[in-house]
Amino acid sequence: MEALYATMTGALAASGLYLTLRGRTFPVVVGLTLLSYAVNLFLFSTGGLTTDGAAVIKEHTDHYADPLPQALVLTAIVIGFAMTAFSVILAIRVRGELGNDVVNVTRGDEPREDKS
Amino acid sequence: MMQHLIILPIVLPLFTGLFMLLSRNGATRSRRILALASTSLLVVAGALQVIQSGDDVVRYYALGDWQPPFGIILVLDRLSAMMVLLTAILALGSVIYACAGDDEQGSNFHGLFQLQLMGVNGAFLTGDLFNLFVFFEVLLIASYALLIHGGGKSRIHSSFHYVALNLAGSALFLIAVGVLYGVTGTLNMTDMATRIPELDASQAGLAKVGAMLLLVVFGLKAAMMPLYFWLPRAYAAAPAPVAALFVIMSKVGIYGILRIYTLIFGAQAGVLADIAQPWAWWLGLATLALGSVGVIAARDLRTQVAYLILVSIGTLLAGIGMNSQQATSALLYYMIHTTLVTGGLFLLADAIARQRGKAGARIVRSRSVTQTAPLGILFFVGAMAVVGMPPLSGAIGKTLVMQAASLPSDKAWLWSILLANGLVSVIALSRAGSTVFWRANHKEETHETMGAMRGIALVFLIGASPLISLLAGPVTEFTEATATQLSDQQRYIRAILPADTAGGDA
Repeated sequence: MEALYATMTGALAASGLYLTLRGRTFPVVVGLTLLSYAVNLFLFSTGGLTTDGAAVIKEHTDHYADPLPQALVLTAIVIGFAMTAFSVILAIRVRGELGNDVVNVTRGDEPREDKS
Repeated sequence: MMQHLIILPIVLPLFTGLFMLLSRNGATRSRRILALASTSLLVVAGALQVIQSGDDVVRYYALGDWQPPFGIILVLDRLSAMMVLLTAILALGSVIYACAGDDEQGSNFHGLFQLQLMGVNGAFLTGDLFNLFVFFEVLLIASYALLIHGGGKSRIHSSFHYVALNLAGSALFLIAVGVLYGVTGTLNMTDMATRIPELDASQAGLAKVGAMLLLVVFGLKAAMMPLYFWLPRAYAAAPAPVAALFVIMSKVGIYGILRIYTLIFGAQAGVLADIAQPWAWWLGLATLALGSVGVIAARDLRTQVAYLILVSIGTLLAGIGMNSQQATSALLYYMIHTTLVTGGLFLLADAIARQRGKAGARIVRSRSVTQTAPLGILFFVGAMAVVGMPPLSGAIGKTLVMQAASLPSDKAWLWSILLANGLVSVIALSRAGSTVFWRANHKEETHETMGAMRGIALVFLIGASPLISLLAGPVTEFTEATATQLSDQQRYIRAILPADTAGGDA
């Protein structure tokens, strides 16, 4: 199970990384989302993989799963959700303001004054 | 009451920010008064914390009364208190400046500003690694919204880069936290510090991976050498009061490095002791050298100030790399100076740009500014302070950092790069100043003045430099005590963990 889990997490992270490095905003956003899925899976596994273990307290058992990573993943999912929503909106604004969705327009780091 | 003081710098901006977001249709005037009042109170709270931490007791605040190492705690020591006060002072300056009109260019400026302050203060005060991540996200999401405040093409465009980069950074942060939790089984930084020395060789390798990933994350926030390319564009495009506040955000990264690599991976950490310092030293020197190139190449005042921030980050990282009490004390003094002065210079660049019509902040020949005398004097003082000309605070800070270099090879590297940077900055800033103030067409003047609020904010932040040169004695006394406290990890651990859980040697 560990090998399967690790392979899946790695595949997700690799796909996410590849898409993040693409030149248009939509693949970048999807890539960041995949990356956050991979991170959530990874975080979930940090307490060790346990099947059929009690998360908090159960009588007559000493077979426990670590509850803390589950709480961490919950927090990370919520934050990741908000960030994804924000970056989607921002990507739409970029598309609207600049007229294209190319991420990497080559220009210097001088801020341009808007001609209004 | 006094034991709740620790959480006040988080709760106060939280409630003010939420209240302002809920009452967003209220009068501008009342919102400004509330923002000014809340930020002033924050300065008072920060000052009280500095006084409270002055007795060298490390205090903690157990949220929900869950005792460490199980619950989330906030920790107040000299370093945290100093950073909270520094944030509050800088924030007060930029809120005063924003109240002159920048806050009305978009919606919710003050509410978001307060939430960002909450994130920054939380990051300085927390004693829990995952909680640090959460506060990083709080300050980041507020900063995303503040960066595009007022709109405009260059802001939107640079903010997408900034957001994408920081989301990737957050993913790395979570991986690092996950690795460290998997290895040590705790998220409390103090508890982690007691467990790192007891790891066996295979686990220590994993912990090292986690530690180096954290260095990448903090390096991204602080804009360390290969990770700084986002900074000049984002900071130069941000509205002036926001850019001024962002100055403290890069210091959050420096704080993270200082805290994690003295407490968790400090001298007592066995095979993992002091792993970040050599990296910080060399990358800091590289940041310093490339920052100097940027300062002289910049064609816009705001970009120039952004590169001056990189220079200060390089100096601070080199200070961390030297890894001695003297160096830590020196870099803390330098940090107070550089944060306030570069924040003030961002505001000044904006004030100058407003009076030059179409030329804005670009360093080109154009019409002259209306208020040549006050702006010129402020620019002169700010520039002198930031390049490190005596008698202002920059000179004291840089001298302290240079004195802290003890090995001859360290001296050779640091002194040559830092002094060359001083020369380059003098050339760049005097060229910028003479172009903006002297090479001007006197015929066409705009009659716009900066107004009282902006003037107060500028004098407040740039005037901090002469002030902390005058008070250099007490300030360095405090930073020396802070450095001593930072280097004594055992005392920090004993103050937080009860004796029976605190490792073998407690």
